Amino acid sequence: MSQILNAYQSLRDAAEGSKERVDFDQVICIQVGSATCENAAGANDVAEEFRKHIAATKRDDIVIKRVGCTGRCSCEPIVSIRMPGKDMVTYQKVNGDSAHKIFVEHVLEGKIVDELQMQCPTCQSVPMDNRLSDAQQHLQGQEVTDKFLSLYGNLPVYAKQARIALRNAGVTTPLDLNEYIRNLGFSSLAKVLENDSPAWVIAEMNASKLKGRGGAGFPIGKKWGFALTNEEKIRYMVCNADEGDPGAFMDRSMLESDPFSVIEGMIIAGFTIGAQQGYVYIRAEYPLAIERLEKAIAICRENNLLGKNILGSEYSFDIELRLGAGAFVCGEETALIHSIEGERGQPRVKPPFPAVSGLWGKPTIINNVETLANVPAVIAMGGAEFAKVGTELSGGTKVFALAGKITNTGLIEVPMGTTLREIIEEIGGGVPNGKKLKAVQTGGPAGGFIPADALDTVVDYNTLAAAGSIMGSGGMIVLDEDDCMVDVAKFYLTFSQDESCGKCTPCREGTKRMLEILERMTAGKGTMEDIDNLERLAKLVQKASLCGLGKAAPNPILSSLKHFREEFVAHVQDKTCAAKKCKALLRYEIDSDKCIGCTACAKKCPVACIKGERKEPHVIDQDTCIKCGQCFSVCRFGAVKKV
Amino acid sequence: MIPAVNDKVLENARAALPASVVEFIDKVNQGERPSSHLIAVLHKVQEELGFLPRESMDAVAQLMQVPTAKVTGVASFYHHFSFVPKGKYIISVCTGTACYVKGAEEVIDKFKEELGINLGETTADGLFTLEDTRCLGACALAPVVKVGDDIHASMTADKVPGIIERYMNLAD
Repeated sequence: MSQILNAYQSLRDAAEGSKERVDFDQVICIQVGSATCENAAGANDVAEEFRKHIAATKRDDIVIKRVGCTGRCSCEPIVSIRMPGKDMVTYQKVNGDSAHKIFVEHVLEGKIVDELQMQCPTCQSVPMDNRLSDAQQHLQGQEVTDKFLSLYGNLPVYAKQARIALRNAGVTTPLDLNEYIRNLGFSSLAKVLENDSPAWVIAEMNASKLKGRGGAGFPIGKKWGFALTNEEKIRYMVCNADEGDPGAFMDRSMLESDPFSVIEGMIIAGFTIGAQQGYVYIRAEYPLAIERLEKAIAICRENNLLGKNILGSEYSFDIELRLGAGAFVCGEETALIHSIEGERGQPRVKPPFPAVSGLWGKPTIINNVETLANVPAVIAMGGAEFAKVGTELSGGTKVFALAGKITNTGLIEVPMGTTLREIIEEIGGGVPNGKKLKAVQTGGPAGGFIPADALDTVVDYNTLAAAGSIMGSGGMIVLDEDDCMVDVAKFYLTFSQDESCGKCTPCREGTKRMLEILERMTAGKGTMEDIDNLERLAKLVQKASLCGLGKAAPNPILSSLKHFREEFVAHVQDKTCAAKKCKALLRYEIDSDKCIGCTACAKKCPVACIKGERKEPHVIDQDTCIKCGQCFSVCRFGAVKKV
Repeated sequence: MIPAVNDKVLENARAALPASVVEFIDKVNQGERPSSHLIAVLHKVQEELGFLPRESMDAVAQLMQVPTAKVTGVASFYHHFSFVPKGKYIISVCTGTACYVKGAEEVIDKFKEELGINLGETTADGLFTLEDTRCLGACALAPVVKVGDDIHASMTADKVPGIIERYMNLAD
């Protein structure tokens, strides 16, 4: 055996025989999540509760395992119990009391606590009857991806999903290198180093049809190939973890739940493009992700997976973290490079592209977190096998952060080619509170809206673009009938305008002027001419801006104008906001038939503009009313109305 | 290699910064491309002092041998850095898309009302600073508010007084 395979084998042997290894055939394992969302929902307290219970029983055959994110954020804190020889049972929304019940009844007596199990009614609507989708059957046959399905496959919410990038999230303990290795971790790196052929890696990437998950969807094999054509020998590999899109959190979750996958992907990428040094550019807003990544990098260095002569090969590579400081534009490649160099994060004209002249003028390849997390899976499965999940044009899956007006908020991973309807209705459980779906927003401030009648659009780079939006990095915000499209377009533009770096005039001035127009419209002062001007300006900013931020900033406006023009017209012509969102365009009135004169609204009103005798219908003085809406929220009889 | 400069100037600059920051600058000065660590240095200064006082930026400029104009230029570019002192607890209301559509604005209004300050301001007792923030990435729990290092999920205007009270008690 070669030196590299020997080195890998000894890591593997150490991992198999590790003292910390949980023997699931012998012990009862209580799994509790440990990512930011879980902790915010109370997972740390729940884990502590179980720890106390275990200590009280003095049993050494019950262990707690802190895993990463399973993506079911709205059910957190989630606790899963693994008993030897039995299927895993998952409980939702666990607190101190239910933890006690689960421990006493399930862990100690083996009786499953039915009423606490994770089975939200909407999840049940997904057809399960033990049939796996084609993608899942394929992934179940792959050693690198089958773990998640064998543990969680019995939960309906995963029926339409396929986990590749998130293969270890919720399965392994994020910083347990041995467990990562037991799940085939670093076997792909060993294979790449052993083959010692960048051309072979690029061929695999091409066969996999893996495209950049940061949003633009550039084929990875092609991108890596660019660096090789350059004669400059000093090259850099950069991981873009500056997840700035509001409403997107998949990169954070991946780094918190499975940092080693991203590191392994980065080393493979570094080897292929011939880089000696890698940088992870990560937002300062993600403290837990930074902490885990720092620790994971240190662990890799200790085990000769980073540093000189990785796994005994000729290849040396190290990774350094560079923190952002709150600037959305730094997600743009050239701005990101400036920020790593310690400068203001302003973009520059391309070409030259970073692959030709990037960090410190050297060839630089920048890939996003999710892309890199997919890389080890491509090598482990083989590019052609990987491409069997997905569409004709794009291989694999896409992770989406599902949020907004949707029942099951959370992180999901679906094969390319899944329809938005399947995502919203079957995985997401539809819009809550009986409200009607209005649109799905993808791609954040650079993306657009897909209206409810286009829900059969499938997820792929070209199809979403044809529908007037973009794939983007994976934020997916669901809007219902209570959301005003003019207001949401204004929200995105406020963001882009604030984040415009000010370097080029079309973006700096254009976003400001467009925002002023939208502010006029929502204040009831817009004109029909404003709509035309807005559209003209949007197209101009799109064409003339220097970088992706400016070029994409008009997208939410253009796509809302395309699909919801009548709402803009209603705002400027009729001065009405059908969603009752724009304060200047609505009034609060009290329905005298429903008002029982409880005086609750009058007491709450900050400007004392509600008058009426006790037990008699009340009236709002429209001249004094500041439209704060407190009367509306406080009324228990539905008597206060927005008109 | 850092060129020789007036010892007295350097001494004053060292005295103007927390020891841990000086130590960090010394370390990066030994390595390659020290000035690329400017943002990391500013992070450390703000971590220690809570904001970036003018003198600290002068001192960083001296020790890293970059113009003060560049230090302030970089510091003013990024949202994260502040030139004014902040309260003991920084209340950051997330205004990412998911939080926005789920009512972050009402939460901000309530904080403004309860604390009697506007966004970006600090209460007279120095206890709270109110900020809106870019997406915190906890969209599934929207709307979220971060106080210090704690994340409060599924916020409503009604929960605001209780949260303020909790931190007031902690501060006592």
